[in-house]
Amino acid sequence: MPSLGADMDSGTLLEWKVAVGDTVAKGDIVAVVDTEKSDIEVETFHAGVITELLVEEGTEVEVGTPLAVIDDGAAPAPPAETHPEPEPAVEPTPEPEPEPAAEPAPQAGDAAERPPVVHSPIVRHLAEERGIDLSTVQGTGPGGAVTRRDLDAVAAPADRPAASTAASAPTTTPPRPTEDGSRVRSSPLARRRADELGVDLGSVTGSGPDGAVTIADVEAAAGELPTTPAPASPAPAPTPPPEEAATDRSATVRAATGRLMARSKREIPHYYLSTTIDLHDALEWLERTNRDRPVTERILPAALLLRAVVVALGDQPRLNGSWVDDELRTADRVDLGVGVALRGGGLIAPVIPAADTLGLVETMDALRGLVGRARSGRLKGSDLGEASVTVTNLGDQGVESVYGVIAPPQVAVVGFGAIGERPWAVEGMLTVRRVVTATLSADHRATDGHEGARFLSTLDQLLHEPDRLSEGTPS
Amino acid sequence: MAVADAGTRLEMLRDMVRIRTMEERCAELYTETKIRGFLHLYIGEEAVAVGVIHHLGPDDAVVGTYREHGHALVRGVSANSIMAEMFGRYEGCSKGRGGSMHLFDAATRFYGGNAIVGAGLPLAVGLALADKMQGRKAVTVCFFGEGAMAEGEFHESMNLAALWDLPVLFCCENNLYAMGTALDRSESVIDMALKAAGYAMPSWAVDGMDVDAVWDAAASATGAIRAGGGPQFLEMRTYRFRAHSMFDPERYRDKAEVAHWRERDPIDTFAARLRTEGILDDDTWAEITRDAEAEVDEAVAFAEAGTLEPIDQLTRWVTTDPEEATS
Amino acid sequence: MTTSTSTGLITYREAMRTALAEALRDDERVFLMGEDIGRYGGTFAVTLGLIEEFGPDRVRDTPLAESGFVGAGIGAALGGMRPVVEVMTVNFALLALDQIINTAATLLHMSGGQFNVPVVIRMTTGAGRQLAAQHSHSFEGWFAHVPGMRVLAPATVEDARWMLRPAIDDPDPVIIVEHGTLYGAKGDPGSGPVDIDHAAVRRPGSDITLITYGGTLPMTLEAAEALAADGIDAEVIDLRTLRPLDEATFLESVARTHRAVVVDEGWRSGSLAAEISARITEGCFYDLDAPVGRVCSAEVPMPYAAHMETAARPSVDQVVAAAREAVAGGG
Ligand SMILES: Cc1ncc(C[n+]2csc(CCOP(=O)(O)OP(=O)(O)O)c2C)c(N)n1
Ligand SMILES: [Mg+2]
Repeated sequence: MPSLGADMDSGTLLEWKVAVGDTVAKGDIVAVVDTEKSDIEVETFHAGVITELLVEEGTEVEVGTPLAVIDDGAAPAPPAETHPEPEPAVEPTPEPEPEPAAEPAPQAGDAAERPPVVHSPIVRHLAEERGIDLSTVQGTGPGGAVTRRDLDAVAAPADRPAASTAASAPTTTPPRPTEDGSRVRSSPLARRRADELGVDLGSVTGSGPDGAVTIADVEAAAGELPTTPAPASPAPAPTPPPEEAATDRSATVRAATGRLMARSKREIPHYYLSTTIDLHDALEWLERTNRDRPVTERILPAALLLRAVVVALGDQPRLNGSWVDDELRTADRVDLGVGVALRGGGLIAPVIPAADTLGLVETMDALRGLVGRARSGRLKGSDLGEASVTVTNLGDQGVESVYGVIAPPQVAVVGFGAIGERPWAVEGMLTVRRVVTATLSADHRATDGHEGARFLSTLDQLLHEPDRLSEGTPS
Repeated sequence: MAVADAGTRLEMLRDMVRIRTMEERCAELYTETKIRGFLHLYIGEEAVAVGVIHHLGPDDAVVGTYREHGHALVRGVSANSIMAEMFGRYEGCSKGRGGSMHLFDAATRFYGGNAIVGAGLPLAVGLALADKMQGRKAVTVCFFGEGAMAEGEFHESMNLAALWDLPVLFCCENNLYAMGTALDRSESVIDMALKAAGYAMPSWAVDGMDVDAVWDAAASATGAIRAGGGPQFLEMRTYRFRAHSMFDPERYRDKAEVAHWRERDPIDTFAARLRTEGILDDDTWAEITRDAEAEVDEAVAFAEAGTLEPIDQLTRWVTTDPEEATS
Repeated sequence: MTTSTSTGLITYREAMRTALAEALRDDERVFLMGEDIGRYGGTFAVTLGLIEEFGPDRVRDTPLAESGFVGAGIGAALGGMRPVVEVMTVNFALLALDQIINTAATLLHMSGGQFNVPVVIRMTTGAGRQLAAQHSHSFEGWFAHVPGMRVLAPATVEDARWMLRPAIDDPDPVIIVEHGTLYGAKGDPGSGPVDIDHAAVRRPGSDITLITYGGTLPMTLEAAEALAADGIDAEVIDLRTLRPLDEATFLESVARTHRAVVVDEGWRSGSLAAEISARITEGCFYDLDAPVGRVCSAEVPMPYAAHMETAARPSVDQVVAAAREAVAGGG
C-alpha cells in the first residue's frame, strides 16, 4: 500500500484493475485505493507479469503492506520486487519509502493522539496582534490553554522575534489591539475550526448576521464545502457522490485534514506576511498572449501566479524545502503543491513535480491536468508525491487573502486571494487597478521575516515584468 | 326593616332582570364559543349586588371577584362594553385583555374582576386607606365569596381595616359552596358574621335572596361607614343556581337542593311581592323584560361588531404610558 | 370517567390519575390533599373518582388556603406521611410560595440535615385556554431557581404515568408541573418505570437542537417536522426535570449540532430559557455556530382575547423561524 499523503496511515483496496497473469507496463494503473481523502489510482513503477494479488478488494491495510507480486523476468526475483508501489513519484530516489519525513511518526503517539488545545478567542486575538505563535507558548490554563497572563509573559522579553504580519517593522513592544476592533466577527465554532484548518478568519467573507463568519464560511474558504451549508439546502448537491459511503468519506477527509492541520499548528511556529500586487502589467501581457492561443489552451492568471512563485523561489531557495530533524533541508528542485478544493468536499494538494523545469505554458498544462484529475477523484500516485512548497489559491472563492497552514514537513505556503479591482495610486494619480493579495505563511524555524519579505517583493517585481515569466516557454 | 321607595324598588327589580337576562345570554354565547375561558355566572345571587350597589355614589369604589358581571352592570358599566369584553374585543371595558373574569372600569371606580380568591380584600383595604388619608368620604365595597374567608388574606385584611378604622364594607356572598366544596366542609365555624366579630367589626347575616333585606342592611352599613364608624361586614346568604363556572358535573350537591333554592329566586319572589304591594303590574313587567332583552341584543350586536386589537399592540399596558396614568 | 384503554392509549389525565391511585394503593403513607380534589372531582378531573375508592381522609378536600395546606403537607411529610398536595394552578401556588421556598426547600439545610421533607406538590401551569392573566402563567422556572427542590415537568403520557412514584420516593420536596393543554393528550403510557434525573431526546437530529419541556414539547416536535420538510434535521430535547437540570444531555447535543433554540413558555427575562442558554455558553461555547435562540412568551401578562393569547405564546412558526435563523446564521 503506497503512502499517498503525509497524513495517510492506511488505505482500503477498492478495486484491482489487473488480474494474475496480466502483463503490466511501467505507469499502468493496477488498482484503485480508497484513502481518507479520495479514491486514488495506483500505478505500478515496474513492468512485468502479475503473479500474485496479495490483498483482496475491500480490505484496509497499512501503508507499506505489499499488494501484489510482479515478475519482471529478471532471474532471481529479490524480495524487494514483491514490494512494487511505494516508490515516490517518477524520481529515482535511493530510499524506497517516501513516508519517513511525511509521517507524524517521530513523536510516536503523543502529539498525534492529544486533541489540540483550544485557546480562548481573546487569547488568540492578542496572540495574533502580538505575533506570538500560540503553539510555542506554555499554557497554564485549563487543559494547557494559554491564558492572557501566559501571553504577557512571553511578550515581555525584548529579544522575542516579532513575527507578525507586520514583520517588516520589528518592534520590541508588542503591538496593542487596535481600537477600531480588528477582531473578526465569527461564531465560536467557526473560530475554532478556522484554527484547526489554518484558515485566517480575517480572509474569510462572512455570510452570517452582520457579516459574521460561520462554520460554513470557514469550510468553504478551506475548500471544504461549495458555499451553502448542508442543513439549509433542501436538496443534496446535483452531482451524486459515486460511493454510498460519501458522507463517511467527507468525515474521514475532514478528520484527516484536521489531524494534519492540528499537527502543523502545534509544531510549526508560523509567521505571516502579505503584500498586495498590482497585476495591471501581468494581466495585460497575458491577454495579449492569449489572443493568439486557442480557447482551450489559454493561460489562466493562476498559472502565471504559480510560475511567478516558482521563479521567485529561485531567489529565496530557503523557502523551498523541508524541516526535518531540527534542520532545514532545501530542495534542489521545486515540487509545487497546489491546493485544490474538491467538489464533494475536502481539500487536496496534489503536486506538479519539478515545476522549476516547466515554462509558463507547461505550467498551465500541468495545472489543468492536475485539477481535472483531482476533481474527478482519479489522481495518480505521481500527482501525490511530496511537495517542497505549496501554493493555495482561494481566488475563485472570492476571498481577499488567504494565510495557509503549512503542511509539514514543508516550510512555506504561498496564498493568493481573488483578483479584484481596487483604487490604486500610480505616480501620484489615483486609478483603478486589478490587484491580488499574495501572502506567505512560513516556518520561523527555517526562515525569518526578512527572507519572506524579500520573496514577496521579488514576486511583486516579477509580476510587473511578465516577460521574465514566459522565459523558457516553448511557445 | 326599612324598605326603599317604590321607584327604587322597581329600579332594583329592573337591575336584577338586566343581570339575569344578560347572563343567560352569556351562557348561550359560551356554548357557541363566542365567549371563552372561564365564565362564572351570578344567576341566583343578583339581589346582593343590586341591593348593595344602589347605595353607592360616584365617589365610592367597588372591588369584585371573577363572578362580577352583575356588579359591573349595576355599577354602571355598559352592557355593551361588558359583552364586548367577553368577546375579546377592543371595545370591551378591559380592551379584550381581561375577559369575563377581569372587568374593570375606571369611570365607575370598578376595580375588577379579581380571580385570585381573596386577593380583592387587601386591595379594598388599600383603596379605603387612600380615601381616609386624603379626607374623602367614600366607601369601598368589597365583594367576595365565603370561600375566600379561608384564605389568610381575608383575615389579614379584616384586621387591618378594623385596626385602622377604614371605610370598607365587606360583603361576603355566602353561596354555600366554593367550587365543589361545601361551607361546612371548609370552615370550622360556618357563621361567617361571627368570624368578623372576632375582629371587633360590626357584622350581620342577611338574607341575600331578598333584595329588600340586602338594601336595608347595606343602608345601615354604608350609613355607619360614612359616619366614620369604620368597617362593616355583611354575610349575604345566597345561592348560585348554575355551575361554578360554565360547566361542572355538580357532583357536590344534589338537584333537589338546587330546586329548593330556586323556589326562592330573588327576582320571582321580589316581583311577586311588588305585585302584591301594587307596585308592579303586567305592563311594567313586560317593559322591564323587553328593555332588558333589547339591552342585551344591542350588547351582543355591539360585541359582534367589535374589533380585534391589532397584534402589534401585544405588549401594550405592561408599563404605564405617562399620558395614560390614572392613579 | 372515560378511559380509552381499548386502544392501549390513554390520556395524560388518566395516566396521572392511574399513578395517583397506584401510589395510594401501594403506600399507606400516601394521601392527596388540595382544593376540590374530592367531591368536585378535581379542577381538571385528574383526581376524579379517587375519593370514592380511597375516602375523604386520603383524598382530602381543603379550604381555600394555599399557604396553609401546602404548609400542612410539609408538616405531614416531616411527620412520616407522604403527602401529594395539589395546588390548582401555578398562579395560585404563589400564595404558598412562602411555605414552598422558605420552609420546604430550606428545612433540611437549616436543621443541619436532620429534617428532610418528602412532599410532592402538583400544579397546573401554562396558557392556551384563554384564562387570562391570573390563570395562565408558567412560573416553574421560579421553582427551578430554588436549591433544595426537584422540579418535574412531565410532557408525555408516559412521564405523567410514571414520574409520580420516584417523586414520592424522593426524600426531598418535588414540584410537578402539568401543562393545562396536555391533559387531553393521548399516548402510550408504556410499562415504566422512568427516571427523574435525565432529559430525553424526543427526536434525534443533526442540524440544530431544540430544547424544551412540558407544554411546549408537542409544538416543538411539530416545528421539527416542519423544519424537516425544509431539509433541517432538528433534534428535540425534553428537559423533563427542570431542577436539577440534566445539562449533559443538551450540551452533548448542542456540541454535535452547533446550534440551539430553547422553547420556554415562561417570559424570557430571567427565565429557565435564560439559564439553559447560559449553560450552553458556558459548556460548549466553542461548538456554537450561531447565537443560542430563545422562543418564549411575550413579556406581557397573558391576554384574554384568543388572537392576543396566541400571539403572546411560543408558536410553531416562531420556533421554525428561530431555528431557520440559527441555521442560516450558521451559513
Ligand atoms: C387563590 C385561589 N385559589 C383557588 C382558586 C380557584 N377557584 C376559583 S373560584 C374558587 C371558589 C371560590 O369560592 P367562593 O369564594 O365561595 O366564591 P364563589 O365562586 O362561590 O362565588 C376557587 C377555588 C382561585 N381562583 N384562587
Ligand atoms: Mg361560594
